[in-house]
Amino acid sequence: MDRKLLLEHIGVEGIHTHDVYRKNGGYKAVEKALKSMSPDDVVEEVKKSGLRGRGGAGFPTGMKWSFIAKPEGVPRHLLCNADESEPGTFKDRYLMEKIPHLLIEGMILSSYALGCNQSYIYIRGEYMFVLQILEKAIAEAYANGWLGKNIKGSGFDLDLAVSTGAGAYICGEETALIESLEGKRGNPRIKPPFPAVKGLWDRPTVVNNVETIAAVVPIVNDGGGAYAQIGLGRSTGTKLISASGNVNNPGVYEITLGLSVEEFIYSDQYLGGIKNGKKLKACVPGGSSVPILPHYLVCKTATGEDRLMTYESLSEGGFATGSMLGSGGFIVYDEDQCIVRNTWNFTRFYHHESCGQCSPCREGTGWMEKVLHRLEYGHGKMEDIDLLWDIQRKIEGNTICPLGDAAAWPVAAAIRHFREEFEWHVKEPKLCMTKNYGLVTEKTFETVNG
Amino acid sequence: MSETNPKFTVTIDGQSVQVDPGTTILNAARMIGGDVPPPAMCYYSSLKGSGGKCRTCLVEVSKGSEKDPRPMPKLVASCSTTVMDGMEVKNKSSEKVIDARAGVVEMLLINHPLDCPVCDQAGECHLQDLAYEHGKSNTRYEFERRTFDKVDIGEYIKLHMTRCILCYRCVYVANQLTEQREHGVLKRGDAAEIGTYIEKSLKNEFIGNVIDVCPVGALTDKTFRFRSRVWYTKPMDAHRECKCCSGKAVVWMIGDEIARVTARKDQYGEVKEFICNECRFEKKGKADWTIEGPRHIDRSSVISANHYEVDAPEHTPLLNKA
Ligand SMILES: Cc1cc2nc3c(=O)[nH]c(=O)nc-3n(C[C@H](O)[C@H](O)[C@H](O)COP(=O)(O)O)c2cc1C
Ligand code: SF4
Ligand code: SF4
Ligand code: SF4
Ligand code: FES
Repeated sequence: MDRKLLLEHIGVEGIHTHDVYRKNGGYKAVEKALKSMSPDDVVEEVKKSGLRGRGGAGFPTGMKWSFIAKPEGVPRHLLCNADESEPGTFKDRYLMEKIPHLLIEGMILSSYALGCNQSYIYIRGEYMFVLQILEKAIAEAYANGWLGKNIKGSGFDLDLAVSTGAGAYICGEETALIESLEGKRGNPRIKPPFPAVKGLWDRPTVVNNVETIAAVVPIVNDGGGAYAQIGLGRSTGTKLISASGNVNNPGVYEITLGLSVEEFIYSDQYLGGIKNGKKLKACVPGGSSVPILPHYLVCKTATGEDRLMTYESLSEGGFATGSMLGSGGFIVYDEDQCIVRNTWNFTRFYHHESCGQCSPCREGTGWMEKVLHRLEYGHGKMEDIDLLWDIQRKIEGNTICPLGDAAAWPVAAAIRHFREEFEWHVKEPKLCMTKNYGLVTEKTFETVNG
Repeated sequence: MSETNPKFTVTIDGQSVQVDPGTTILNAARMIGGDVPPPAMCYYSSLKGSGGKCRTCLVEVSKGSEKDPRPMPKLVASCSTTVMDGMEVKNKSSEKVIDARAGVVEMLLINHPLDCPVCDQAGECHLQDLAYEHGKSNTRYEFERRTFDKVDIGEYIKLHMTRCILCYRCVYVANQLTEQREHGVLKRGDAAEIGTYIEKSLKNEFIGNVIDVCPVGALTDKTFRFRSRVWYTKPMDAHRECKCCSGKAVVWMIGDEIARVTARKDQYGEVKEFICNECRFEKKGKADWTIEGPRHIDRSSVISANHYEVDAPEHTPLLNKA
């Protein structure tokens, strides 16, 4: 069933080098676009493809591109978001490490479409070795005339540079990324103005995820229509999934959107089932920010339909019984994992990563972490569970950037589906230090669209 | 705004006002006055870029505009959201706002030392007022509070970071005053702190104004520290010839002595004309100043309840919670 659009040549020896990449059809999309397509044609194909942002929010890329302001005489910028710091997500790294020219080719196409002559890849500082791979690949692309002045005689100029972060998750938020790239502290900006109007150095700017930009290559090669044929409904194309946790075959997979979650977890072609023959307890399908699902809502929705790997199906049931595709960080938990501990772990991350600009996130994330720590170590009280619920509720929707929501949602979902496990930690303070709770009982939800 | 620009009508808690396009909800609310304006702990009219951070000014937009009447899905920061024609806003009349604001106040207080009895800001502290008017009387926080060491930033200013609410106002003052950034925020999350990096002193002639913009007792005047409680001093409008600034200030007197000099603030606690360091820190002699008369201090200081003024104009003293 699966078509490989991004990772097709990943196994080819030396595919990270320009020459091997080129021999395997690389830079054909650039040739095609520069010779026979106008920038607007490229935008049109991306619109037709139905491609949605792969960085987490799933916003239609073609539409995002058409919002960019085009004031006369003001340069525009394309920024590739390679900050990839969401726990559970490691697909961008894999792509950049193995096939860096695909990203560079995508950057050339996307910059051409948007009319940008100076584009940047912003990469997290911890990916130092990937930075070296990218810089080498960029040098090769310059040497072969794919970057620089008057690319292949088309009259289109593009300079591409890589810039590194310094170890902050928040710099993946697009406006914080822009601040950081400008050499400032990575605090998210207050929107509006949106980057499409005032971004890098107050110029119109588009920020896209690594995978989104790479997907423009097959879209230009095969046409947006052909891309839209792949996938299911409004979830078109293929998606890289970073699979981790208690599964037999963790790793990065390129799946065709529409694959069933059950097949993805249990088929040998994919994750090969739960490790050591254990039972599935829970799943976080889209990176640490998205709601965790209990075992009985992973492969089926609350209405009993098959859960599919699409934006729509994974969010079926709203937050009451659904989750999100997010960035595709698919984390699987077996029956021996502790949800309280996992929630504490995630919360510790958000506490550590909050930029501290707005009071609810700055103070609330730390507070939640402390309460969760207490619960996990058997010192919690029954009221702590409602307190946690209340703190997350006070953060959600009340902050400058979505990190506040990202910190609140995992806590809310854990309490929503695993309350009995939290209560057990209070009732069994000693036992919870030596044993895990196991599976939670199935619940029915009156409101499916909570 | 030019005459040709049509005005926008915005309704806040049932009261309508006509404002220029581009006006924020908060400023529209201030034009209505009374108890309509939401509290603002970080926004400061004269500081470019300020606002949006503390989240105390959150309001509910129950109608987006005449053209697009849909309500906004989330509460918005009134200080950084501009009005649309026909917009309807709920501040005090919204349960959601009251609840969220109480949440913000609680968040601001969980790590706050609440050492008001020994804090120079006590009596004119915006956080005290905010907690009093919008907070809950108990705390649910049972963990150790975060602390920082006190540091001197320069000759005249003390930074008591433990009390800071990270409103960033002082950062914007420093940004607007100094050529190179010397003062900013270091670290992140609840470990973030105001700093000058290697404890460099802030040397700008106007840097003393960070004390006035600070809504809490995090930045205090070392020439006044522990001299007196605010409520034992008498604020008088005064002026002097100054080469550097307007020389218009408020001198806070104890008997015949000038204990402290500050800039003049409006009813929202905002300074309209910043004063220089010389006026603030070095001119403490009565002969340095021409005293104009008692300063009317609005509700943001306990002074307003003191009846020190001869003809006390309208004021809203903070009453004791029963
Ligand atoms: C706290 C936070 C961290 C984020 N980190 C990333 C990231 O590492 N990579 C990424 O592509 N998008 C990240 N995003 C989403 C970006 O803000 C932005 O929406 C995305 O890069 C847009 O690209 P897309 O439209 O191609 O998905 C993050 C958002 C938030 C709020
Ligand atoms: S929500 Fe958190 S990370 Fe985002 S701006 Fe506010 S404090 Fe910073
Ligand atoms: S800053 Fe305000 S609330 Fe904090 S200790 Fe001082 S007076 Fe009290
Ligand atoms: S020191 Fe005062 S003015 Fe500066 S950020 Fe802290 S509270 Fe705001
Ligand atoms: S005054 Fe609006 S967020 Fe602080």
